[in-house]
Amino acid sequence: MKFPFTLHFEQRTDDYPKWLPAVTSLGSVVVAFIISGIILKFIGGEPLQVLKFFFSATFGSWPVFSDTLVKATPLIMVGLACTVAFKMKLWNIGAEGQFYMGAFFASLVVLIPMVPLETTPKIIVIGLMMVMGMIGGAVWGFFPGYLKAKYKVNEIITTLMLNYIAIYWNNFWIFDKWSDAGFQMTPQFDKVAWLPRLSDLAKEYPMFSGITLHLGVVFGLIAAVIVWWILERSTWGYQIKLIGDNPNAARYAGLNITRNIILVMMLSGALAGLAGMSEISGVVHRLQERISPGYGFTGIIVAWLAKLNPFAVIIVSIMFGALIVAGREIQPSGLAYLLQGIILFMVISSDFLLRYKIRLVRTEQEVA
Amino acid sequence: MTSSPPPYAVEMKDIVIRFPGVLANDHVNLSLKRGEIHALLGENGAGKSTLMNALAGLYKPVSGTIKVHGEQVSFGSPKDAIAKGIGMVHQHFMLVPTQTVTENILLGLNEPRFFMNLPKYDQKILELQEQFGLRVDPTANIWQLSVGEQQRVEILKTLYRGANILIMDEPTAVLAPQEIEEFMQTMRSMTEQGKSIIFISHKLHEVTSVADRLTVLRKGVATAEGIDIEGLTGEKLAELMVGRKVIFTVEKKAQEQGEIVLDVRGVSAQNNKGVPALNNLSLTVRQGEILGIAGVAGNGQSELAEVITGLRECTGSILINGEEVANFEPSKAIKSGVAHVPEDRTGVGTAPNMTITENTIMKNYREAPIGNRWGINFTAARSRARELKEAYDILAPSVRTQARKLSGGNLQKVILAREISVEPQLMIAMQPTRGLDVGAIESIQQLLLKQREAGTALLLISEELDELLTLSDRIAVMYEGEIMGILDAKDADINDIGLMMTGTKRSEA
Repeated sequence: MKFPFTLHFEQRTDDYPKWLPAVTSLGSVVVAFIISGIILKFIGGEPLQVLKFFFSATFGSWPVFSDTLVKATPLIMVGLACTVAFKMKLWNIGAEGQFYMGAFFASLVVLIPMVPLETTPKIIVIGLMMVMGMIGGAVWGFFPGYLKAKYKVNEIITTLMLNYIAIYWNNFWIFDKWSDAGFQMTPQFDKVAWLPRLSDLAKEYPMFSGITLHLGVVFGLIAAVIVWWILERSTWGYQIKLIGDNPNAARYAGLNITRNIILVMMLSGALAGLAGMSEISGVVHRLQERISPGYGFTGIIVAWLAKLNPFAVIIVSIMFGALIVAGREIQPSGLAYLLQGIILFMVISSDFLLRYKIRLVRTEQEVA
Repeated sequence: MTSSPPPYAVEMKDIVIRFPGVLANDHVNLSLKRGEIHALLGENGAGKSTLMNALAGLYKPVSGTIKVHGEQVSFGSPKDAIAKGIGMVHQHFMLVPTQTVTENILLGLNEPRFFMNLPKYDQKILELQEQFGLRVDPTANIWQLSVGEQQRVEILKTLYRGANILIMDEPTAVLAPQEIEEFMQTMRSMTEQGKSIIFISHKLHEVTSVADRLTVLRKGVATAEGIDIEGLTGEKLAELMVGRKVIFTVEKKAQEQGEIVLDVRGVSAQNNKGVPALNNLSLTVRQGEILGIAGVAGNGQSELAEVITGLRECTGSILINGEEVANFEPSKAIKSGVAHVPEDRTGVGTAPNMTITENTIMKNYREAPIGNRWGINFTAARSRARELKEAYDILAPSVRTQARKLSGGNLQKVILAREISVEPQLMIAMQPTRGLDVGAIESIQQLLLKQREAGTALLLISEELDELLTLSDRIAVMYEGEIMGILDAKDADINDIGLMMTGTKRSEA
């Protein structure tokens, strides 16, 4: 006897409900955890134990949650950087380089120094570092944007290559000019250039002692709101989306595509540059080698998983922050990457559910 | 069985091909004699390519028989057709740009199996070239070749595979005039050596100069089946191609015309392939007037629409209400009050993944109440979109529906709603009713007439002569980038228009 039902996939012609993308994304994360659990079981692990440990090591207490958020902070900004560019179908793979250039430009404030550090108030030093960081990233976004807009040079190649230039540019300065006693790092920044941390408040509020969460996370949250407004409420965002969806229609509607390519690449670079500034000013407090363990590339995945929604970027970044922290805590550390890969695969596959409806059809009905 | 070989290389009988909702070929017959050039004529969407794809093994007819050299065949795939000696040269070349001519010709064959002794095959291909006069350097890379040379490579490809029946799908569409002459020579030399050719075209003078016999398709039906070209007059050809059908009765009121809105003076432009498409063309359109542009597709109509809307560069002058717009950015024409209903609804007219709302504000998203310089008020945009959806009777679940989910007619209404709602001075409508069903055609024609009553100047570019005769005040006929004549629509003779469309007649007026 044959199974009396067959699965039918039909292309959706109606609008799907607004909540559906959120549900399918969440569902795919759950499915990813289950699949990872099965794999763990096969190699002789204890899936439930690991899962429990995973959560306690990342969300279990305020200090570990703070670590998770610290890792999520640069991801939020870099994820937003990619979101803006990807909305216009500009494939900015160069957030990593823009991150390094942002860090470099922000460091100039301290290392030159651009202002007398002893006498200038903290708010001015930090503000200047933010502006410089964004300029650094924007400059690094401008070159590929200009080449793409004027000469149709493939931005994937240029942004990717500029990553290496930025990293080695940084290395030159930290190895040669500003090396701290021969180490590949600059001397530690003056405290005036440090972003405020929650632990700074430990004297008044003992609960904050040892909490390393810094002000950068607020930059990330504000940036998300601004990016959301630009993309969803502003005329510029409308232009970005129109160019992304159909450049021919955009040209027909009188939009200046050349200018928009350059501007969007600069905005994208500025956001990644701000992430670089926040990382050196909030976490490492100096310019050094490997300030990013590939944030710029993880940002691509973050933006993609968040389906280019700025607020979802925050949630996905926290999830990835947790995976980074867990990777440090769980042995073997490859486990976290395994989970990361499976999640990505599941979320991307779940797009199918937004495009198609699945119906169970009785086989007999088919014949009739 | 007769001892002499059957005279026909191909016989297609009563071929019926159906696509969802469309009868693409309705009992079509086509017979190709050995050693002849058989022209297949018809407008876009008449079913020419469909019929040929059936012969090349890409589609299977619902009913009808195909015989090749007297033997009945049923092709399951293009491979079967190639095995029977049928080769098709497609309109879009299928070549690898970074490989040489020889490599492209050998691609996909079983010989050579492992070692590429290219010089040996270069020699083979040179011999083949000698035989048919198709000269092209076998060691050159494809990207180094002109379009004409690439086409020769495509032909060599089919010949190398042993084709003796060649199907050429609009081969001259991509060629410059000198190349066309050369190409005609090649076709003649191939038939002299026993090849049989089906030549698809919609350029009548080419057909009359090279073909032996002719089949004409119109809307899937053959209006002429294998008639001799000899003694065929231009009038007869035009009639076969243009045809006559029931005219819709849309009422057009007589009305006064106002000032000149659009003044095109001596404009020339090239098409995307760098071939001249507009040649010193001049015309004017007045307020409250519809100027129809008639012509066979590809005679410069698209380029005309594009130069006026700023999408294409040109020489000459284009004035809108006395102001120059030629060679400015498209935003300049939009600001001057030019609305544009583009030929390509999905590729140019709309953004497929954006909603109806977002598609309707494309040209006025910065104007109150929808937006200002910085922001867009989407509540206002949605309520405007709802009004337009109601007023233009756009059938869709909601204004949140993505454009790609709309049918052709509803998509066209979205475009018209957007273009009309900015109250244009001049509207350029290109093929506004193509591919739509009768109901949608009528409502779109009504909308265009309403614009005329409102005093808008309209430039209506269409391949439907009946539509032009019904809607236009004057009709300009285009042929190879020039205006062959401008007729008053009231007393225009359809045969005259047909003759001008085919370049046989030019009016002195």
